[in-house]
Amino acid sequence: MNIVVCVKQVPDTGSERTLKAADSTLDRESSDALINELDEYAIEEGLRLAEAHGGEVTILSMGPPKASESIRKALSMGADKAVHLVDDGLAGSDALATSEAIAAVLGRIGFDLVILGSESTDARMGVLAALLAERLGVPQLSFASKVETDGQTIKIHRQADYGYDKVEASLPAVLSVVEKINEPRYPSFKGIMAAKKKPVETLSLADAGVDPARVGLAASASEVVSFAKRPPRQAGTIVKDEGDGGGKAAEFLAAQKFI
Amino acid sequence: MAEILVLAEHSGETVKKVTCELLTLARRFGEPAVVWTGPGAEAGRDRLAEFGAAKVYVAAGEEFDDYVVAPKAELLAALVAAGSPAAVLVASTPEGREVAARLAVKTGSGLITDAVGIGDGLVAEQSIFGGAIVVKSRVTAGTPIIAVRPNATTPEPSPGAAEIVAAGTDVSDAAKGARVTERVVQEGGERPELTEASIVVSGGRGVGNAENFALIEKLADALGAAVGASRAATDAGWYPHQFQVGQTGKMVSPQLYLAVGISGAIQHRAGMQTSKTIMVINKDAEAPIFELADFGVVGDLFSVVPQLIDEIQQRSGS
Repeated sequence: MNIVVCVKQVPDTGSERTLKAADSTLDRESSDALINELDEYAIEEGLRLAEAHGGEVTILSMGPPKASESIRKALSMGADKAVHLVDDGLAGSDALATSEAIAAVLGRIGFDLVILGSESTDARMGVLAALLAERLGVPQLSFASKVETDGQTIKIHRQADYGYDKVEASLPAVLSVVEKINEPRYPSFKGIMAAKKKPVETLSLADAGVDPARVGLAASASEVVSFAKRPPRQAGTIVKDEGDGGGKAAEFLAAQKFI
Repeated sequence: MAEILVLAEHSGETVKKVTCELLTLARRFGEPAVVWTGPGAEAGRDRLAEFGAAKVYVAAGEEFDDYVVAPKAELLAALVAAGSPAAVLVASTPEGREVAARLAVKTGSGLITDAVGIGDGLVAEQSIFGGAIVVKSRVTAGTPIIAVRPNATTPEPSPGAAEIVAAGTDVSDAAKGARVTERVVQEGGERPELTEASIVVSGGRGVGNAENFALIEKLADALGAAVGASRAATDAGWYPHQFQVGQTGKMVSPQLYLAVGISGAIQHRAGMQTSKTIMVINKDAEAPIFELADFGVVGDLFSVVPQLIDEIQQRSGS
């Protein structure tokens, strides 16, 4: 099975993240960059499916040159090779433009199954699986907490507020996974050493056959009007429990008309 | 006046609160027209009329619910092409955002997700990076498609005709790629949905084990609240994963959020920071969650929470 796992490099969620004043895009310099932690579950699922059914796992990432660090991390977990779509013309792409570029690369390299994390921890839109399925004309299997495949058909549990839906489709398909699905492996020392020799193909927009007019900040279908830091919350009332903490909490709730 | 399409979220005949919120927003920008998929529209119509729906486009076929997302996007695209609405509003739930995304591709439109408000000129306000930054943005191509976070708007009644109009009943083969074979309802069914609830009670590491979550549930039930959990609690297997609130879980903005035994790692704060009122119960006075608290109790949750439950029950009984 030819499995492609999409990986995004994001700013560390533990650091202070901000936007650039000039163009309201993500300030990638202000915080450390890491692999999107939810993508690690996608990599793990890809590796498990390849181990069970045979085949190759290819990592696909779109991002600046620095994203190669996240690609190596993914390769060190055990993926076979990688494709890095990197081009200055991609800077500032919104989700729609991003999906157009990634769909073009997927069309070029081919796939039986594309796997994504459920969302990126920076933009948090959770729509790339739907966008890729729409553009590629293949089934959308998103928010999976369980996956089974025989190489022809695929069955998942799609997470829902009330529990889950059982969903099935034929391959090829686009799959996104939630963190409940597995426990991602840590790269072994051997894996880290092996990753340094694994092939990473670098593609420009021209290589991928993407029209530069359809990606990047200028092609985005929405624009930021303004942004500002949220004013800090006003300090609240903190009481120490001296046997009456529950009562005081109830008084507060009553004063606020919650009870 | 141009139409504003509102994709209804409903559970059978029951219209979800977020749909009333979307109608309240939509009235400010045009004539609200609800898009309803699957059965139940006749029964849900009164509620839609109460919140100002002028029309209800109904695609009653079961098959709109039998396939993942694509049929709804296809239906909306047909309605956008036919009626040139001024905007399309959906709930910013995982599925709502996916419908919006596919619709954006089909109609060549811009997409804004997780809006917490919409102002003049359809400028949407978003709260990003765990609530640290407020961004205002607008769609510049096609028909603005905006996914609005549940609980971000107060629903206000205003009567409408809610005229039922039959809409496209066929789902194309292309939209039938991913078939739903069964819906499995798990525990927590009696409580309000986490992202819709006006009050959320969440437990964290301080709760200690799965059995003790019964205390969190008891407090939630006393308040008519939904139950949430921090990642520490869901990772430990104390509470099901779908109830996780935080950076990698659900984002909630209830009227009242009670954080019980939660230290307030950035991971958790990112999911609840935009709550209107925040109450904290934690034995560690240094826990960062107290920085967000409108009211905090420093104390052992196993003595504070039972007392709080008693007080609530006494007050509601009197």
